[in-house]
Amino acid sequence: MATSSKSHQRTGEQAWGKISKVNAELFTLTYGAMVMQLIQDFEDVGAVNKQLESMGYNIGVRLIDEFLAKAGVSTPCTDLKETADVVAKVAFKMFLGVTADVSSWNGDGTAFSLLLYDNPLIEFVELPPQYSGLLYSNLLCGVIRGALEMVQMKVSCRCVRDVLRGDDVNEIRVELKEMMEDVMDEDYKEG
Amino acid sequence: MFLQLFVVNKSGGLIYNQNLSSAAPRLNSNDWLRLGSTFHSLHAIAAQVAPVPSSGIEKLETDTFKLQSFQTLTGVKFVITAEAGTPDLGGVLQEIYELYTDYVLKNPFYELEMPIRCELFTLYLEELIERHSNAGGAPGGGGGGGKKPAGQY
Repeated sequence: MATSSKSHQRTGEQAWGKISKVNAELFTLTYGAMVMQLIQDFEDVGAVNKQLESMGYNIGVRLIDEFLAKAGVSTPCTDLKETADVVAKVAFKMFLGVTADVSSWNGDGTAFSLLLYDNPLIEFVELPPQYSGLLYSNLLCGVIRGALEMVQMKVSCRCVRDVLRGDDVNEIRVELKEMMEDVMDEDYKEG
Repeated sequence: MFLQLFVVNKSGGLIYNQNLSSAAPRLNSNDWLRLGSTFHSLHAIAAQVAPVPSSGIEKLETDTFKLQSFQTLTGVKFVITAEAGTPDLGGVLQEIYELYTDYVLKNPFYELEMPIRCELFTLYLEELIERHSNAGGAPGGGGGGGKKPAGQY
């Protein structure tokens, strides 16, 4: 486990080196402007959270292919432990430039937490009291859900701890709902 | 030399086809669709009848041409055909997959699972094919430019 985690770390570094970069402030400010616009459009924090998640989902279902094509993780993951490690060490590194820690596995190994100590999205953000229910980084939950769904894993993701809301770390809880069977089954059932 | 490329989505629909050489047989769009879905089915059957865990058809070699297929973990299949004797096509397929992630999936107006109508993808695909044909087919003669896409066939 420890060795494979190390090698994923290296894979992540290599992927990060290969991929094209964008100015971090442009990225952070664009995300901030987008969240602000959503708040103005929806006027309800719950709806904004939902919208962020669904935008993330739409990103995730596309992003996964870029990850598979360029990350250099060629073999499918054998179990959820490996998947979690690859998400935390390779995918986060490749797309956000930071790594996450995997922790808090549940008893039967179907749920884990991603701990994000260094979240580039919140670099300049202070959450005002009237938006205390806002899950600012909820987009990330959607991305993870969308990406894993494309590789036959139905998961649910939610932010359980958030630095912006006074916690000491960002924690995303990922729960495996089901492994989807062969993708073609659903299509044939209709006919 | 490369002949043809087609891309099949995860439900077996043809989403892209392109002749890569003037020597490639001309197929009408119905033929293409049939080819795509037939290959998808054969691929699925091959994976199911194999006595060991199998990822389906990867290579097909005949006296006159070879076919190589690459299925991504998300279920998209890239299939390329080339003249017999062309060296392994795995590298080219991997590069085409990367082009697909850049110029198809990152195009916000492209809808997943739908036919690919992205000019940039076709443009860079042609550039890639030309680069590989020059490198493999004519040693010493290639290398020149490669920016200009090969014409429409």
